[in-house]
Amino acid sequence: MTASPDQPVVSLSGVGKTFSRGDNETTVALESISLDIAQGEFVSLIGPSGCGKSTLLRVIGDLIQPTAGDVRVNGKPAARARLDRDYGMVFQAPVLFEWRDIAGNVELPLEILGRPAAERKARAREMLDLVDLGGFAGHSPSQLSGGMQQRVAIARALAFEPALLLMDEPFGALDEMTRERMNAEVLRIWERTRTTIVFVTHSIPEAVFLSSRVVVMSARPGRITKVIDIDLPRPRSEDTRESPRYFELVTEVRETLRQRDDGGGPSGVASMTRTMAEGVVG
Amino acid sequence: MSAAAGDVPGPADAAARRGRGSGRARRAAGDLIAPAVVFVVVIVGWELALGALGIQTFILPRPSDIAAAVGENWTTGFGILPSARATLLEAFGGFVIGTVAGVLVAFASARWLSAQHALLPLAVAAGAVPIIAFAPLMNNWFGVLSPLSKMMMAAVLVFFPVMANVTKGLTQVEPSALELMRSYAATDAAILRKLRIPNALPYFFTALKLATTLALIGAIVGEYFGGASLVLGRIIVQSASALKFDVTWAAITVAAVAGIVFYLLVAAVERLVIPWHTSVHGEVS
Repeated sequence: MTASPDQPVVSLSGVGKTFSRGDNETTVALESISLDIAQGEFVSLIGPSGCGKSTLLRVIGDLIQPTAGDVRVNGKPAARARLDRDYGMVFQAPVLFEWRDIAGNVELPLEILGRPAAERKARAREMLDLVDLGGFAGHSPSQLSGGMQQRVAIARALAFEPALLLMDEPFGALDEMTRERMNAEVLRIWERTRTTIVFVTHSIPEAVFLSSRVVVMSARPGRITKVIDIDLPRPRSEDTRESPRYFELVTEVRETLRQRDDGGGPSGVASMTRTMAEGVVG
Repeated sequence: MSAAAGDVPGPADAAARRGRGSGRARRAAGDLIAPAVVFVVVIVGWELALGALGIQTFILPRPSDIAAAVGENWTTGFGILPSARATLLEAFGGFVIGTVAGVLVAFASARWLSAQHALLPLAVAAGAVPIIAFAPLMNNWFGVLSPLSKMMMAAVLVFFPVMANVTKGLTQVEPSALELMRSYAATDAAILRKLRIPNALPYFFTALKLATTLALIGAIVGEYFGGASLVLGRIIVQSASALKFDVTWAAITVAAVAGIVFYLLVAAVERLVIPWHTSVHGEVS
């Protein structure tokens, strides 16, 4: 089970997911998704609502079972990877337990993994320092702002050093300014920890700014339209957002999202895709 | 929690947090002033109005008459003190039995979905039944002279809200919190201990506060249908039939005070056990 450097962290081949809602009615959420994600990559999944990007994230994380194809994480089936605690998850809501203080929330996965108390405490402190919340260990979640709560959720997800960090629109509920600050924060953490990240988002600028690759998806059925390499130099900073190459890539992602529209997609999706193409849709 | 408020709480927030302990105590004291004033006004108004309107004592005694009746019958006469003690013991016994049973069934129904499907509609239906009507049967089943029959009446009343609330608290968990636990490959036992039980505690205490009143109602109504004579229910029935309504009022007043104290005790325990909840959501219900 030793992961060779060349082995992809995530390997999807022909993955499909069909939801059946009784009465022979079925929804094809995902169809023939094939994608490899290498060690240390930052990959964003972007697409209109209902394109199945969150479903795909959950299929990778073994929270939803695919109805077709094969999902491997570090060369193992996804179910095995989950039992091996290969996943850290961050959701749109911080999902902090209000009966635990901030440090207690970060320690939660370590408790479940049965790590000794001293190690848990040290690790929680280290993680909170990483997300710049070292001074808030004893606070209760409700005392923190939305952005700070989400940083706690990231610290918690990284506490047990998972091989793969799965983030489902983690900054979707934050205002634009906080979101940009959190983007910089996540890049800083990624550069320090070199954790492989799969990141679901609605926001084109966010996807381009963060990612090594952007996976553009289309809706009904959810498919990969195009995978765009983001060759912006690293480390990226606020200046990156003003570079010409950044604008080119934002445009490329936007046009890829629009293509589907011109290609005669279902009319309901068309208007949505156009809204997407205008920029950020929260 | 507006994100627009920014990422870093300013020094004002920190100061507010530091000062919170004493601030909360001061606010609690402030909260008590208004109801205390209203209470005194009502009592004084009651006292004066009866004299002015010429209402006779056996229709509605004045507060001073009730206070005198409590004093005269405290240990002698009707014996309010030993009666209150006996009634409270019944209520408390029923409270414990009903709570333990309610919690056990709630855990079972949360654990086995089939049990939940079978039990929850029944529990809801039972909540609509005037259970108090069973009081004479309880006397028959558990012995009219035994305090157990009154305890069981109280227990049945306590059981349903405790069971329904705890089941709700154990099962109505945020879906993303469950996904989080599953992403850690947490066992069912760990999910129960670290998520479901803490989630259920506020529901549990809401039910317990409701149960304090229900337990007293169950005990006193059980006593109406016969049994030992030194209990509040008997004092109420006997003094009323002897037209000694000041004593009836005295017994009701003592029962009311006991009920309030019982409630406040449970509320105090709640504050100790789930301070994270009471501090965030305040004192509701």
